[in-house]
Amino acid sequence: MIDINIEKRLKGYAGAGILKVKHQFAPGSITKIHGPSGAGKTTFLKIVAGLVRADAGKILVNNVTWLDSEHHINLSPQARRVGFVFQDYALFPNMSVIQHLEYATTDGLWIDRLLHLGKLETLTTHKPHHLSGGQQQRLAILRALAIRPQIILMDEPFSALDRAIKAELISDLKSVFSDLNATVLIVSHNPDELVGIADEEFYIAGV
Amino acid sequence: MDLSPIWLTLKLAAITTLLLLIVGLPLAWWLSKSRSVFKIIVEALITMPLVLPPSVLGFYLLLAFSPQQGFGKWLHNIFDIQLVFSFKGLVLASVIYSMPFMTGPIKSALQQLPQSLAQASYTLGKTQWQTFKSVLLPNIKPSLVTALVLTFAHTLGEFGVVLMIGGNIPNVTRVASIAVYDSVERMDYASANNYSLILFALTFLMVIGVFVFNKYQAKSPLE
Repeated sequence: MIDINIEKRLKGYAGAGILKVKHQFAPGSITKIHGPSGAGKTTFLKIVAGLVRADAGKILVNNVTWLDSEHHINLSPQARRVGFVFQDYALFPNMSVIQHLEYATTDGLWIDRLLHLGKLETLTTHKPHHLSGGQQQRLAILRALAIRPQIILMDEPFSALDRAIKAELISDLKSVFSDLNATVLIVSHNPDELVGIADEEFYIAGV
Repeated sequence: MDLSPIWLTLKLAAITTLLLLIVGLPLAWWLSKSRSVFKIIVEALITMPLVLPPSVLGFYLLLAFSPQQGFGKWLHNIFDIQLVFSFKGLVLASVIYSMPFMTGPIKSALQQLPQSLAQASYTLGKTQWQTFKSVLLPNIKPSLVTALVLTFAHTLGEFGVVLMIGGNIPNVTRVASIAVYDSVERMDYASANNYSLILFALTFLMVIGVFVFNKYQAKSPLE
């Protein structure tokens, strides 16, 4: 169970706003997060990952306190170890496909399975700038999965994929999520994306 | 022609560059991340040698290093180290004088890297040091090379600070730029020309080397 109750002031082009989220995400569930641009969807994911500090609030994950502003508890991103897929992919330009995965894990069998999942087996020595947009996005997903996370946060993870690859990848990912027993939060703008896959939808309106 | 000023200059530049690499890398990293008022003051102090007349910096370093008072006296009494008119003093003065040439390019390059690179590494469980070593540093290679070469070349050309701190002691503090000045003073234009030509050729080759290296590195998506 992820129990979240946080608040964060946002600075955007349209002026200041406040991100307020109070919600419980069931363990092993897949949640689609949507809402208008600038509402704070990316900031919300980064707060959960420990990459951005909330102004106030609590985050409780499987009975472990990750954040409690009143008691000055704020676990580092390294301690939280969530699988995070960044909207800009955040791939390391100096590393090849295989080096990205080896940086995250030493489990060779798991790396092989991930490469197969992302259909990148033949591109293991390629660096990001030699990959297409879709291949880069798949690598970003594989890298996030490489640490076998219990919580997976994905920020527009399928935006650069064509329809056929997306359908196949999402289906395969669901089986990996299930194997990891991971709780997954996916930010998506596309109304049709994740239909039949997400267990619930969560709307972030922003204030 | 006495080549000792050239060798001494190269030795000074090499030691200064090495020391600044060790000190400047973590300093530039800290400057690229921190937003405190303290950081602004530190950065301003590091930048001062770029805007101050070298003689002013040399004058204050001369006072600071003097064995008669303050820091210089303490060093002299406790460690029996004398910085004024010594090679050690030249090295310390050069480190201070050339520091902005090392920290500036590295800090700018680190700031230009997308924040998400370090963040991605943190989510994989990597420490700040592992992230710096494996992700950040390899992706600022062109700027690192630029910083190294600029620091080396700038130390080669030092004059005002060196003259104030070191004077003109053969084999100890008489570096090439001082030798040029000294030769001109003695109306020995041939020697002055030889030293000047060697300095010109060395620095020109280094700058060309940086341009060539960075031209190939520019294929990186971050450029």
